[in-house]
Amino acid sequence: MAVKTYIAAITEALDLALERDENVLVFGEDVGENGGVFRATEGLNAKYGKDRVFNTPLAESAIGGMAIGLTTEDFRPVMEIQFFGFIFEVMDSIAAQMARNRFRFSATKQFPIVVRSPYGGGTHTPEMHADNLEGLMAQTPGLRVVMPSNPADAKGLLLAAIESNDPVIYLENLKLYRSVKAEVPEGYYTTPLDKAAVAREGSDITIVSYGGMVGNCLKAAENLEKEGISVEVIDLRTVSPIDVETIGKSVEKTGRVVVAQEAQRQAGIASSIMAEISERFILSLKAPIGRVSAPDSVYPFSMAENDWLPQVDDVVAKVKEIVEYD
Amino acid sequence: MTKGLEILDFKKQMEAQDLEFPTLEVLDNDGKLVDQELFDEAGISDDDLVNIMKLMIRQYVLNERSTKLAKQGRLGFVAPTRGQEASQSATSYAFTDDDFLMPGYRDIPQMINKGFPIYKAFLWSRGHQIGNQMGDVKTWFPQIIIGAQFVQAAGIALGMKMRGKKSVAYTYTGDGGSSQGDTYEGMNTAGAYKANAVFFIQNNGFAISTPRNLQSSAPHLASKGWGAGIPSIVVDGMDALACYIAAKKAREWAVSGNGPVLIETLCDRLEPHSMSGDDPLRYRTKEDIEAWYKKDPLIRMRIFLEGKGLWSTDIEEKYMAEVNSEIDDAVKQADNVPKQKVSDFIKNTFEQPGFIMEEQIKKFEGEGK
Repeated sequence: MAVKTYIAAITEALDLALERDENVLVFGEDVGENGGVFRATEGLNAKYGKDRVFNTPLAESAIGGMAIGLTTEDFRPVMEIQFFGFIFEVMDSIAAQMARNRFRFSATKQFPIVVRSPYGGGTHTPEMHADNLEGLMAQTPGLRVVMPSNPADAKGLLLAAIESNDPVIYLENLKLYRSVKAEVPEGYYTTPLDKAAVAREGSDITIVSYGGMVGNCLKAAENLEKEGISVEVIDLRTVSPIDVETIGKSVEKTGRVVVAQEAQRQAGIASSIMAEISERFILSLKAPIGRVSAPDSVYPFSMAENDWLPQVDDVVAKVKEIVEYD
Repeated sequence: MTKGLEILDFKKQMEAQDLEFPTLEVLDNDGKLVDQELFDEAGISDDDLVNIMKLMIRQYVLNERSTKLAKQGRLGFVAPTRGQEASQSATSYAFTDDDFLMPGYRDIPQMINKGFPIYKAFLWSRGHQIGNQMGDVKTWFPQIIIGAQFVQAAGIALGMKMRGKKSVAYTYTGDGGSSQGDTYEGMNTAGAYKANAVFFIQNNGFAISTPRNLQSSAPHLASKGWGAGIPSIVVDGMDALACYIAAKKAREWAVSGNGPVLIETLCDRLEPHSMSGDDPLRYRTKEDIEAWYKKDPLIRMRIFLEGKGLWSTDIEEKYMAEVNSEIDDAVKQADNVPKQKVSDFIKNTFEQPGFIMEEQIKKFEGEGK
C-alpha cells in the first residue's frame, strides 16, 4: 500500500470513478483546467476531457440544480461546492430538491448525486468559507452525510458515495487535505456507508467523533493511555444516518461516553448522538455523557481560530471528568 | 454630445430598453390575423390549428372542474389557469414527446398535454405520492419552490446536449418567479453551455397579490434573458398563434445547438392565485379583470377557426362533453387509489435506509400504517 495524503486519496477516487463509469461527471467552480482551488481534481480535466470534468459559472444554486437535471439523462453528477460556507447559496437545490426528490417521485427515480465540499476550521480561510455546517445537512431527511477522517476512508467512502443511488453530502476536512498521510489500499474499493469504524479499541471510555476531530481524539487517547485510561474511539464516518449499533456495542462495553465534534455545541451532530445513546443505552451508562465542541459563537475566521476550536487537551480534560465521575 | 456623455445618458438607456422588446402578435382580439406573412411562413396545418384549440378547451374545462372540486374539498392545492390557455397549452403544442417539461405549480395543463394522466394530477393535488409517479411521460411534478425548475431544466438541457439528443428541456415560471435568483442562474448557465433549453416567463401581472411593477423595474421581463446572453422575446400570451409560433421557433433554435431562448408571454390570471383562500379583489379591480377578458384566447381562436370553417359551437360542445366525461373517470380513478402508508414514506426517502429508519419502517408496518 502506498502512503498518500487525504487529498491525493480523493483525487484517486475521482479518477477511478471517472474511469469506471462514463456517466460520472465532475463539475464545479474552477475544477477544470485549474484542478480545483485545492487541486482535488488535478489532472482529471486533461485526462477525461472538458465534457466529463468541467468548470461551471460561479453560481452554486445552478450547480446543484444542474446536478439534479443531469440525473434525468442518467448521469451520475459529482458536484463540488468550492467551500462549505457557500452551501447556503445552494440549499434549496440540496435540502428542498435533491433530498426530497426520491420521496417526491414516490421512489420511481433515483438521484445519484454527490456534493463534495471542503469544510472545517484551522486553515485561516477568509470569513464564511469553511464553517462546520454538517448539522444542517444531517437534520435533513433524504441526505446522507459522509465525513471521512483519514485517507483510506476518504477514497473508499467517496467511491461508495458515487456508487450510491441516494444523494450524498461528502465533506472533506480542509486541515486534513495535506496534513495527514497514511496508507491507502491500491485500486478500486468501497468503504461501506452508514457504518462507523472502531478507530481504536479501549475499555474505560468511548469517544464518539467524526471528520477532522477524530485525529484529535486519537491523539487524546494516546495521551490518556499513558495515564492508565483505556479509550475506545468510534469514527462515525457517516454522520447521517448514524450507526447506533456500533456506538451501542462500545457504550455497553465501556459504560462511559464523550462525544467530540469541531462544530459549535448547538450545531454539529453531537446532540443527536447523545440523544440516541440516552434513549437506547441509558442503563449501560455509569456517568453523564460528556461533550466536547466549539462554543456557541459565530465562527471566528483567521487568527483566532485555534483558540476557539476544540483541541486535544479539551478532549483529554473531558474524558478525565467523565472517567472520574462516580 | 460626446461619446462619454452618451454612455452616461441613463435616461436614454431606460427609454431604449422599452423599445427593444416589441410584442409578437399574430391574431388580434377579434380573431383576425394581424401578421399574415408570419402565419403563412409558420405553415400551421388545419389539424394543428384544431388541436391547439382542443388543448385550450381541455385546459378550460379542466380548470372549471378543478376549481369546483377544490371548493368541494375534493382536491388539495389548485392554481386556476383561466386566461393562460394560450400561454400554457398553445406553447406546449410546439414541443414533442421527447422534449422534457419542467413545470411550475400552475403548469398542470402542459403536463396533461404531454400525456400525464388527469387522475394523477388530481392525486398530486391531494398530496398522494402516486401523483408524483411520472411513468414514461417526460415531465416532472410541478415545482413549488419557484425558480428551481429553471436551474434543473438547465441540467436536463445540458444532459441532452451531451447525449447528442435532438430534443429540448422547456420550463415555465411566472413574473414573480422571474425575480428569483434561480431563474437567472438557470438561463445564464444554460446559455453558457449553449444547452437545449426554452424558458418561459408567463407574465400574468401578479405574484399572488404583488403586481408586476413591484417585481422589477425592467420594462420587459424578457430583458432578463439578455443579461444571460440569450435571445429573448415578448409575446402576446393570450394569442394562441403567437404563443405557438414563438415556442416552435424557439425550440428549433435550441435544438439546433444555438443555445436557449427566453419567451415572456403577456397574459392574465383571470381567477385567484389559488383556491386556498385568495381573493383577487383585495388587490385588483373588477374593471381590470374585465378588461383582460376582451383578450380571451379562447374567443379569439374560436372566431378565427370558425372563419376558416374548422370549428363550430356544435364541435365545441361535443368536445367539452368528451373532456368532462374524461374528468369524471379521472375523479373516480383517483378516489379508488388506496390510502398512503407512513412506512412507504420512509421507504421512499432512501434506496438504502439507515438503521434507525429501518426501525421506523418496522414500527409503522407493525401498526399497519
